[in-house]
Amino acid sequence: MSDIILPELGEGIGEATVACWHMSIGDKVEQDDDIVEVVTDKASFNIPSPAAGIIKEICVDPGVTVQIGSVLARIEP
Amino acid sequence: MYVEDLGLIQYGHACQKQKQAVFEVLQGGEERIFLCEHSPVLTLGRSASRANLLASVDDFEKKGIEVVETDRGGDVTLHAPGQLVAYPILDLGRRGKDLHKYLFQLEQVGIDFLQRFDIVAVRVSGKTGVWVKNCKLIAIGVGVRKWVAYHGIGVNVRTDLGLFSLIRPCGLEEGVTSVEQCLGREVDMAQSKEILGNIFLDHFQSCGI
Repeated sequence: MSDIILPELGEGIGEATVACWHMSIGDKVEQDDDIVEVVTDKASFNIPSPAAGIIKEICVDPGVTVQIGSVLARIEP
Repeated sequence: MYVEDLGLIQYGHACQKQKQAVFEVLQGGEERIFLCEHSPVLTLGRSASRANLLASVDDFEKKGIEVVETDRGGDVTLHAPGQLVAYPILDLGRRGKDLHKYLFQLEQVGIDFLQRFDIVAVRVSGKTGVWVKNCKLIAIGVGVRKWVAYHGIGVNVRTDLGLFSLIRPCGLEEGVTSVEQCLGREVDMAQSKEILGNIFLDHFQSCGI
C-alpha cells in the first residue's frame, strides 16, 4: 500500500485545503498521474501518484484543510 | 526563456496553450511567458464562492461575458480587453519548490511594473495581489503541476472597470483600479506588454538556474 501525502509546499506553509479529487475509489492510476488538487492562498497544486495501483481509500474530503505530511489517499498495487 | 504575445485570445484557448507549454517544460522544453488579453470572461478559481457573483450566469452570458470554472488558486475574477494577462510557465522545481515565495515574486514583478509608470503599489498582508491606495490593480492566481507553474497575473492597464461591479473580485469588498485610472491618461497596451515581458525576463532569468 502506498500513501499519498500532502508534500511540503514552501517555507511557512503548514497546511493546505483539498480543492478537488481527479480520481475516485476503485480507479486505476499510473505513477505520476495527477490525483488530487490542493490550494494554499492563491495557488492550486496538483499532487501526483507515487505509484501505480488502485485507489483504495480517500481520506480527506474537498474543502477540508489538513497539515503538511497528512495522508490524503491510499493506493494498493 | 522567452516571451510570446498571444494577442487577444479566448480564455479556453489560452488554457490549452498553457497546458501544452507545461507538458513541454516537463519534457525539458524552454520556459516561457505568455502575454495576452481576453474577451470578457468571468473565471471561478478553486476557492471560488458563487456568492461573489453579483448577477446570474444567464445575466453574464446575456452581456456577452463567458463564465468558466478554472484550475487556478483563488476566488472569482474577471478578464476583459485592456487587462494585460501574463501566464508564466516556469519550473518552480528549479526555484526552491515554494508556492508562497512564487506568489511573492509575482507581486514583486507587478510592483516593479507599476513603478515604471511612477505608481506606488504595495502588498497587503493576507490579500495576495498588488494594491494601489486600497484598490487592487493586479490579481494573482496560479496553478502548479509537478512543480511547473501556469496561470499567473492580470494587470488592469486600461480595463473597463465598470465590469467589476458585476462581481466581488477575489471575494473582497475593496475596489479595483487600473493604470489608466491611476494616471488619468491613456496608456498604450503594446508598450505595457514590452515593459512587463522584460521585467519577467529580468526577474526570473536571474533567480532561476
